[in-house]
Amino acid sequence: MTDIRLEAISKHYGAFKAADNVDLAVAQGEFVTILGPSGSGKTTLLSLIAGLNQPTTGRILIGGRDVTGSPPQQRNVGLVFQSYALFPHMSVFDNVAFPLRVRKTPPDALRAKVMAALELVQLQGLANRRPAQLSGGQQQRVALARAFVFEPDILLLDEPLGALDRKLREELQVELKQLQRRIGVTTILVTHDQEEALSLSDRVMVLDRGQVQQIAAPQEAYLRPANKFVADFLGIANFVQLPGGREGVIRPERIRLAASGGLAAKVVEAVYLGQTIRYHLDAGGTGFVAAAPFVGQPHAIGDSVSLTWDEADVWPVA
Amino acid sequence: MAAILAERRHGFGFVTPLLVVMLAAFNLPILYMLALGFWSKQGGFTTEHYAALLDAPIYLRVLANTLRVSVVAMLVNIAIGYPLAYWMRGLSPRAQFIALACVITPFWISVLVRTYAWIVVLGNNGMVNRLLQWTGLTDSPVSFLYNELGVMIGMANVLLPFLVLPLFAAMLRIDDRLMQAAASMGAPPSTIFLKVFLPLTLPALASGALLVFILCLGFYVTPAILGGGKVPMISNLLDFLINQIPRWEQASALSTLLLIVTLLIFAAYRALDRKVGA
Repeated sequence: MTDIRLEAISKHYGAFKAADNVDLAVAQGEFVTILGPSGSGKTTLLSLIAGLNQPTTGRILIGGRDVTGSPPQQRNVGLVFQSYALFPHMSVFDNVAFPLRVRKTPPDALRAKVMAALELVQLQGLANRRPAQLSGGQQQRVALARAFVFEPDILLLDEPLGALDRKLREELQVELKQLQRRIGVTTILVTHDQEEALSLSDRVMVLDRGQVQQIAAPQEAYLRPANKFVADFLGIANFVQLPGGREGVIRPERIRLAASGGLAAKVVEAVYLGQTIRYHLDAGGTGFVAAAPFVGQPHAIGDSVSLTWDEADVWPVA
Repeated sequence: MAAILAERRHGFGFVTPLLVVMLAAFNLPILYMLALGFWSKQGGFTTEHYAALLDAPIYLRVLANTLRVSVVAMLVNIAIGYPLAYWMRGLSPRAQFIALACVITPFWISVLVRTYAWIVVLGNNGMVNRLLQWTGLTDSPVSFLYNELGVMIGMANVLLPFLVLPLFAAMLRIDDRLMQAAASMGAPPSTIFLKVFLPLTLPALASGALLVFILCLGFYVTPAILGGGKVPMISNLLDFLINQIPRWEQASALSTLLLIVTLLIFAAYRALDRKVGA
């Protein structure tokens, strides 16, 4: 268990800056998510931490040790790829045993550790299968077991759930979170899925074009975004004018639809989402999105409503 | 179900002419060739030609020689082809295209032309010998031609694309992230190669090598020209039996033996492949 520090990390490809002066400190046992759109440089950061790539400038410290420039073999990092990168010619057991065999673990201990890891990801019955004989979710679990079986100092996950369907993804998110808490390993996850980031992590780092936009706890980043990019990228944002020409952001579920007494608007679209209904509204040319619990009689398209909110729920962004 | 069967029968009707042509053009001559080996000069069935294969030591000696030369040519192909394909995999796409073109273009030149070109290169007064003497590595010319060395050099050259192309294609299909994952788990480069990369290329290597080996077994032009009649291979012996003596029945028996040996080797490969795959 170790902490990670990135100090002024930059990675340039010619004129393109995949990472631009990134600072990040991850505490021991913490779960941090790097969140950003595709091309924001989040996978680049992960490969720099893993040592698959070297930064142009800056330092990387794992457990206080400067590992900048050292190869992946010397970093003791567990890595899970989006494509899982399981060895197709090996059984599940041999895949998970690979990092232990590299470390010359004696056979008895190796067997015990592999089976314990497979049990943690609930795959003990499939040890003799080949990866091709497993479902996507099962392959993902094998990749996870292989990444933590050798007790790495840190766990790096590159969109580990990206290739799975929604329901399975939500199930595995819960499992992943529980697993991480149980083994207590410092974890960095990379994703473009903001829901995943919000539900899994202790803190999120929002990245855009290689630059850090905000590092904060999920609720903090959601309700008090550092700028318009973060506000827009994390969920749905309504922008309102504040006194003094400033702009503020308010989240859909903080907007109430009343009969009167607020900002007059018309319902343009009503989207049924299960527990909630999302209303797209037009308030004199300005678009709003509001989310209301699905109870009672919902508003219909074309209804006139009145929008109210607490001033305390509006967060100034610029 | 009945409809599907009817449709299949319907489709079969379209294929029948092709099947008839294949049967008449390819299979009947082979059957005739096989039958010829059991045909006595006086008419009727005989096994005397097969007995002759075992009696006269020349036949089995030539067969053994053919197998030996083929194995060595295959090994030379692996020794050159594997590193070549591995090197090509690491090139930029543009350089890969150029390298691939260099491997493929010899395909477009007749085997005969390429084989004669080796005479120019390897002859006593050829480029290689002149270079060797000029650098002082040897005083007198090294004889590359009209011996096994020349035959093997020629065969390795002619057959190299058959190994390199499938091997290169298989190597391209290997995801770089497998090697990266292995590295992140602490495996040194040698382990990554031996435990991850090599096993994944082994099926393509085995099938490519087998293809080269089988092609070697029946090779005629290169051993005839570069061996100068001094490196007896089965095909050259067959040529002798058919065109010089002529003894078609003996040639038939000999080619049947070669066919059986080839099939046995192929069966052994399949058995091994299935064992590895399971």
